[in-house]
Amino acid sequence: MPEPLTYAFMQRALIAGVLLSAVAGYFSPFIVQRRMAFLGSGLAHAAFGGVALGIVLQFDPVLVALPFTVLIGIGIVLIREKTELAGDTAVGILFAVAMALGILLLSRTQQYAGDVMTYLFGSILAVQSADLVWASGLAIFTIVCARWWPVWAYATVDERLARVDRLSVKRIELALVISVAVAIVVSAKIIGILLVSAFLVLPGATARLVAHSFAGMTGWSCVIAIGGTVVGLLGSYYTDLPSGPAIVLLQAAVFFIVAAVTRR
Amino acid sequence: MTTAIELDDLSIRFGSVSALQGLTFSVPPGAFLAIIGPNGAGKTTLLHTLTGMIQPSDGTVRVLGEAPASLSGDAIGYIPQVKTLDRHFPARALELVVTGLRPQWPWRLRSADRAAAMNALERTGAANVAERPLSALSGGELQRVYLARCLMRPSKLLILDEPGAGLDVAGAAAMHHIIEDYIAEHNATAVMITHDWEGARNHASHVLLLNKKVVAFGPADEAATEQQLLQMFGYTGHLAQTHGAHDA
Repeated sequence: MPEPLTYAFMQRALIAGVLLSAVAGYFSPFIVQRRMAFLGSGLAHAAFGGVALGIVLQFDPVLVALPFTVLIGIGIVLIREKTELAGDTAVGILFAVAMALGILLLSRTQQYAGDVMTYLFGSILAVQSADLVWASGLAIFTIVCARWWPVWAYATVDERLARVDRLSVKRIELALVISVAVAIVVSAKIIGILLVSAFLVLPGATARLVAHSFAGMTGWSCVIAIGGTVVGLLGSYYTDLPSGPAIVLLQAAVFFIVAAVTRR
Repeated sequence: MTTAIELDDLSIRFGSVSALQGLTFSVPPGAFLAIIGPNGAGKTTLLHTLTGMIQPSDGTVRVLGEAPASLSGDAIGYIPQVKTLDRHFPARALELVVTGLRPQWPWRLRSADRAAAMNALERTGAANVAERPLSALSGGELQRVYLARCLMRPSKLLILDEPGAGLDVAGAAAMHHIIEDYIAEHNATAVMITHDWEGARNHASHVLLLNKKVVAFGPADEAATEQQLLQMFGYTGHLAQTHGAHDA
């Protein structure tokens, strides 16, 4: 057995990493095609507010950040729907509010700086058994969501066609936003809040460059996400670098190479 | 059912902006209605109301005997304006056509679905673009693909938002014939927004001249007269010249 796999923390990190990257790979094509990349970035920053609240309240930060980030996501959808403001404006407002709240709360609790750094930048050492439960739950949730892939994909191609065909386009959008919010919070410990949006965008963006169908894009995205995460985690172990930047930089390198090879 | 579409004093407002005012008319089953009007006349708003995407502010609308929002999805065949499609979606024309069978994106194409889609594409003269990515289709080719998508399932109502946009003269004529055949084959009714006055007069059974209100409605040769078009647009363009040449 390779040396890293003999350590329990590395086993946990790899299992969680594979599960979370499969989830990210599945949702990434939707994020890319629906131009939700900025929303993902906004939700990741919003998650910081929830994590900070959890740390201050001495609750499991994931448990607090989950409903917090989901509510921010729903708020963004509602502002976009009920006002004439564009989606990116709603994201810009709410993620700043959540970040400000997080910074304000943490300014009162300097002793938890280590926890904050873990969530901001990701750490393979921080993955606990409870995180595996979260990751497994998210993976099962994603498998259930796969049932709706054909309908979600159809609503992504042409929203108006989907509405005439009586698909609930608003409900589909809300389901996607909530799914992305949950994926961001659960992935934050390994990838880090600052980088998790890239973790959700890069696999789909790279897959788009090589795939000729949406099904192919989804498949490639999962392969790229899982491959990048496993290699990134092992690289992180051998080089003693933070896991989040290692994974994201590796996936970014793959993106740039594929973009160079496939350029028009 | 004595009417396919029935509007009674229909008005649509968006906040303080009035888009449609007091529309009253009815369209018999089997009719081919062309809607003509200047930009901002409320044509697309009217189509969206017929599909159930927009609710009336005042008045009533009945489509195939029901309120539009309560119609099932397969009651309506729809061609949106081209610009609503995500052209960068990774897909081939054939896959888009197959969604005409059921409102789902295919994981993979079944052979029976592929054969049906190819047949529809051949009818619209677009079989040569079947395997082409959506991003590589011209506007006219995409319109033919959308029309093929409509042919995949028999609907009682075809709603077409500028289906002739981007088509050449021969393509537009072929499209009109396909719609006429579809109406005859499925005992359907078709409603089409068009800026092609000549095509509307030659192929549609009924014409609605719309400028927020009904300017004229009736059989094509009665409603789309040069006088009515002149009143609405202040211009009849090549229509007057063509007819003038014929008269001479």
